[in-house]
Amino acid sequence: MLLQIKNLHASINGKEILKGVDLDVREGEVHAIMGPNGTGKSTLASVIAGREVFEVTAGEILYKGKDLHKLSIEDRAREGIFLGFQYPVEIPGVSITNFMRTAVNEIRKFKGLDPLPGGDFLRLMEEKKRLVEITSNLTNRSVNEGFSGGEKKKNEIFQMAMLEPVLAILDETDSGLDIDALRIVANGVNKLRRPDNAFVVITHYQRLLDYIIPDFVHVLFEGRIVKSGGKELALELEEKGYDWIKKEQE
Amino acid sequence: MESEATKILDEVTQGDYKYGFVTEIETEFAPTGLSEDTVRYISAKKNEPEFLLQFRLKAYRHWLTMSQPEWAHLKIDPINFQDIIFYAAPKKKKELSSLDEVDPELLATFNKLGISLDEQKKLTGVASVAVDAVIDSVSVKTTFSETLSKHGIIFCSFSEAVQNHPDLVKQYMGSVVPYTDNYFAALNSAVFSDGSFCYIPKGVRCPMELSTYFRINAANTGQFERTLIVAEEGAYVSYMEGCTAPQRDENQLHAAIVEIVAMKDAEVKYSTVQNWYPGDKNGIGGIYNFVTKRGICKGSHSKISWTQVETGSAITWKYPSCILLGDNSVGEFYSVAVTNNHQQADTGTKMMHLGKNTRSTIISKGISAGKSNNSYRGLVRISKNAANSRNYSQCDSLLLGAKCGAHTYPYIQVDNRSSIVEHEATTSKISEDQLFYCQQRGISAESAIGLIVNGYAKEVLKQLPMEFAVEAQKLLSISLEGSVG
Repeated sequence: MLLQIKNLHASINGKEILKGVDLDVREGEVHAIMGPNGTGKSTLASVIAGREVFEVTAGEILYKGKDLHKLSIEDRAREGIFLGFQYPVEIPGVSITNFMRTAVNEIRKFKGLDPLPGGDFLRLMEEKKRLVEITSNLTNRSVNEGFSGGEKKKNEIFQMAMLEPVLAILDETDSGLDIDALRIVANGVNKLRRPDNAFVVITHYQRLLDYIIPDFVHVLFEGRIVKSGGKELALELEEKGYDWIKKEQE
Repeated sequence: MESEATKILDEVTQGDYKYGFVTEIETEFAPTGLSEDTVRYISAKKNEPEFLLQFRLKAYRHWLTMSQPEWAHLKIDPINFQDIIFYAAPKKKKELSSLDEVDPELLATFNKLGISLDEQKKLTGVASVAVDAVIDSVSVKTTFSETLSKHGIIFCSFSEAVQNHPDLVKQYMGSVVPYTDNYFAALNSAVFSDGSFCYIPKGVRCPMELSTYFRINAANTGQFERTLIVAEEGAYVSYMEGCTAPQRDENQLHAAIVEIVAMKDAEVKYSTVQNWYPGDKNGIGGIYNFVTKRGICKGSHSKISWTQVETGSAITWKYPSCILLGDNSVGEFYSVAVTNNHQQADTGTKMMHLGKNTRSTIISKGISAGKSNNSYRGLVRISKNAANSRNYSQCDSLLLGAKCGAHTYPYIQVDNRSSIVEHEATTSKISEDQLFYCQQRGISAESAIGLIVNGYAKEVLKQLPMEFAVEAQKLLSISLEGSVG
């Protein structure tokens, strides 16, 4: 089992957001987490990544059998957890090349490897850019600075390709994307799918799931997973809307 | 949320000063304290011509009539000038000859600081840099002097210039910064001991970077050096300056003067990486860095460019300035000033537009961490005759943590209607979102801050010569080590 979440409770500023989440993710699987706004989808992603503003009040998250609670944000990342941000932040003056080289080399150091020589790094960049269909001038720019919404999301997928995570969580990567950008993002994910990694795709709409076919769909509602099923659950949600879930809960 | 970011910032900016060691060398000292006798002692030690002694004495007498300036946003403990040693020189060992004129102990000291005084030790692919090495009150070695002299370039210690080129010294010394200029300039003019002298003749482009490395070593000693750079018509030189000092509990005074003269079509690029001992985490010790730097663009189409990376010193009081006298002359000031713990910096520039069509650019990036205070103070003055002149100023402040301060004091005075002055200012923080984003990519909080700060300072860092840029980038990260919290 790659990721095991048991009865997870988490709160921010004393307000409980996650109220007992259970989720199992195995290698090779793609999970979609859906649900109305404000039900804790992004919180779940942040808590797995280790964001400190959220306090875990009960339950546990096991990753490769280890308790994640003990790992720092950067160590979780170095162990292969990647978070694709809903709102990627701008870092003025820092080129994506420099940013990625720092990240790749810190991860290598953690694994006891020497830094990647400059030439090899640039070749790796070129290879991954081709893979995710990114034009070269994007990587020369400062991280997310002045990027359009679509460019930011493509950049997230590019970074995911560079870091080759074991567990990738994409937090509403599809929001605000036009069809072309959506296709690029989805293709990126599909090309990076392997039997030894897994994806958790958080989305509000069914649309992305036309391109990324999930093995499992979960509905997160009021801090708990209230329904799980196959990909057909997504279609059912699209048809009936979230009101159906709400009514069922009442 | 704030506290988490603050905690990380604190951890990252609690690093140690890497150059705090002391070298055991036999040193000759002037008697402690300041009087006319001290001034005469220094002049005699250096076997100076009469005109220089008179210059010093006039400066000293003028200094006695002045008082320490208080207009800066700085809290300065009173300086007792009678407790300071104004002259300290490493004793020469008699048995040494030629290149090895330099005490091996001193060579080792500079090697430890990453400065090679060996002309043969040239790294392949790296352009050579001529170095004037100054320790306490004297220059101990100037490299590549002979190579440079083939181009007619004079690059030597100020003391040698006084002996070998007294006419040039007499002509230009004090012509840009008169001894009456300010309190610390007057003090320096009275007791200055050494520094660098550089003269680029007409039409010569200096084939290598010139640099001076200043090191304070002796205790209870002040360093008062003077640098004079003259670029004749059509000449070009790029000059770099670095400095460090041992870690000590008492404050040490460094009051320097730099004068630059650029004739018609000449260009001088002056870069500084200032890394004097900043004092400890509690604000004990550190250098008082009170420096007057000024250049004059005397001829038309001349250009002077100041780039500074200020990370050290307990207190920095420094305003590298340009007098744009020649028509179409250009002045530039690029600055990154970092303050951490209890450091204080009040730094900026003055751009005095006197000639027509003169242009100036000011890019100032302040970074404050810990309990430090960081001020930008700048004056842009466009005189009545400076028609069609332009200035662009950009002053940015970056705050790391909640206990530090950033202040901006821009003064603008425009006396004609055809000139344009632009001023932009921003204040920002490293956000918890930025840190989290970097950390989520496997980057430690410490590296993340280094990355973000270097990105913020990029516009200035890219102005530095290659040899300096890498060092400056590392220094920026190190200066903020342990400041994340």
